[in-house]
Amino acid sequence: MEGTRLLQLNQIYKVFYEGTPDEKIALNQLNLQLNAGDFVTVIGSNGAGKSTLMNIISGNIFPDHGHVVINGTNMSSMPEHKRAKRIGRVFQNPLAGTAPTMTIEENLALAYNRTKPRTLQFGVTKKRRDFFREQLEILHLGLEDRLQAKVGLLSGGERQALSLLMATFTKPDILLLDEHTAALDPARADLITKLTKEIVEKFQLTTLMVTHNMQQALDLGNRLIMMDKGQIIFEANEQEKMALTVEKLLSEFQRIRGEALSSDRALLV
Amino acid sequence: MFTALFGSVEVGVIYAIMALGVYLSFRILDFPDLTVDGSFVTGGATAAVLIVSGVSPVLATAAGLGAGFLAGCMTGILNTKGKINPILSGILMMIALYSINLRIMDKPNIPLLAEETLMTQITSWWQGLGIDSLMEGLLSSVGLGNFIPATWGIFGVMLVLTFVIKKLVDLFLKTEIGLSLRAVGDNTGMVRSFSANTDWLKVLGLGIANALVALSGALVAQYNGFSDVGMGIGMIVIGLASVIIGEAVIGNATIVRATLAVLIGAILYRLIVTLALRVEFLETGDMKLITAIIVIFALVVPKLVDKQKAKSRKKKRAEQLGAASANGGNQVAAAKSDL
Repeated sequence: MEGTRLLQLNQIYKVFYEGTPDEKIALNQLNLQLNAGDFVTVIGSNGAGKSTLMNIISGNIFPDHGHVVINGTNMSSMPEHKRAKRIGRVFQNPLAGTAPTMTIEENLALAYNRTKPRTLQFGVTKKRRDFFREQLEILHLGLEDRLQAKVGLLSGGERQALSLLMATFTKPDILLLDEHTAALDPARADLITKLTKEIVEKFQLTTLMVTHNMQQALDLGNRLIMMDKGQIIFEANEQEKMALTVEKLLSEFQRIRGEALSSDRALLV
Repeated sequence: MFTALFGSVEVGVIYAIMALGVYLSFRILDFPDLTVDGSFVTGGATAAVLIVSGVSPVLATAAGLGAGFLAGCMTGILNTKGKINPILSGILMMIALYSINLRIMDKPNIPLLAEETLMTQITSWWQGLGIDSLMEGLLSSVGLGNFIPATWGIFGVMLVLTFVIKKLVDLFLKTEIGLSLRAVGDNTGMVRSFSANTDWLKVLGLGIANALVALSGALVAQYNGFSDVGMGIGMIVIGLASVIIGEAVIGNATIVRATLAVLIGAILYRLIVTLALRVEFLETGDMKLITAIIVIFALVVPKLVDKQKAKSRKKKRAEQLGAASANGGNQVAAAKSDL
């Protein structure tokens, strides 16, 4: 697997509000390749196109031009639910990744079916329950003892940890993390960051993570890209990334763009 | 009086199947589906036409169920593929079904009194069992001789049928497809990111919901002895009333409990209406108004009760705090080591 090209974005171009005064080029001829085992962190100012990038990969929105190739298959016009067989995704909002009125085991059963067609057999069986319990132990949150609890009763951090597990335990080709720690308090965010690292290593997932937290972007992953105005303006490979610091990143941005990184939300620590 | 109440329980059990359908669309899919007013009649009309033309009542009833399934699917397609908002898709389908139902029946009303229906079949089969005379003897011996209904058969068979359907719905909602259906109503974006085709799940869910509604319509037509093009008016509100009353009384903590609540709600609704109609100045024509008022009450009262409870709880809390500070408590929070 090592060295295979799992995700390939070719010349992705996307405009919003085309033909109106609000017209905005969200992604401008963007190219990106992820090899198997890559863990790429994405940073950039507000409106740089990070979320659009995620949505284009997941199939939530479609590019105006360009191709999305996942594990050798051109998926540019494939709808989200079909692509989802290859993609695991964790959203920024902890409420977005789980079904609140359903129990923990029912949520896991939903996620379990990501790669398989859904049938009329029971979603939660004895065998699967044991499997779910085993998987939940990875999180060290004691959720394995609360299989029948409704997910709506969990805290934001617990829900996000569960979302992370649900997106990953079926080993997707690509894992998309869309600022998945941004809505949590610092302690919970640290916990989810730590779990992310463990899980990605355990399942050897090819990962693309958007974050506002520069330190997190430096701590996690083997590659880093910086986006601005719909383009990748800076890229660091494994060795370059090790030498990077938050200060260097900021000055790099200033050098390339001739202006300070404008983000009211970017965390500098 | 007893006969009237027994009758309303009997009807309530049949309408409970319709209420289960409304529960599926309204609660599980979170889709306020107005198709119900039309698909209820579609079920009755299809069954009536087939019975009159000599098809066996069981097959005719099944055909009514199928017709309702198609109607529900159409609403789902309007919503998901036509991108029409849920309420409007339902209204459009309801209006379209009015004409379709007239076409199916070819006239506004088909009488079934002279035909062999499921109800006459049940009654004659039941009389062979001799349970009615047993019950009669039982009730007479305890001095309730005046309260003997014509037959227990229809009530008994319909109760079993309704419970079987409730059980099937419970089991279905635990299957892989059922789970994803529930997740569609709960968090559409999430279930799509787990590779479920939410559009077709909605179509399927609305199909099943309206199949149950139409089944109920087919049974009601045979129970009443006629199918009428206007018999579906206000059906959605009756369904909602059943769901909401049931949830207020029984609760909806689990699926099994929620579907049971719907059954009991449907029966309670009929009892309330029967009792309300016994009030002197109310007439049969007031029934829809009564239904609307029941739903409004069932929606508003629980909220008011909760609010009142929260208020008195807060007040109590404030009093306790007041008492504590009166006891010489100062305004400085205790240090952790003091606790």
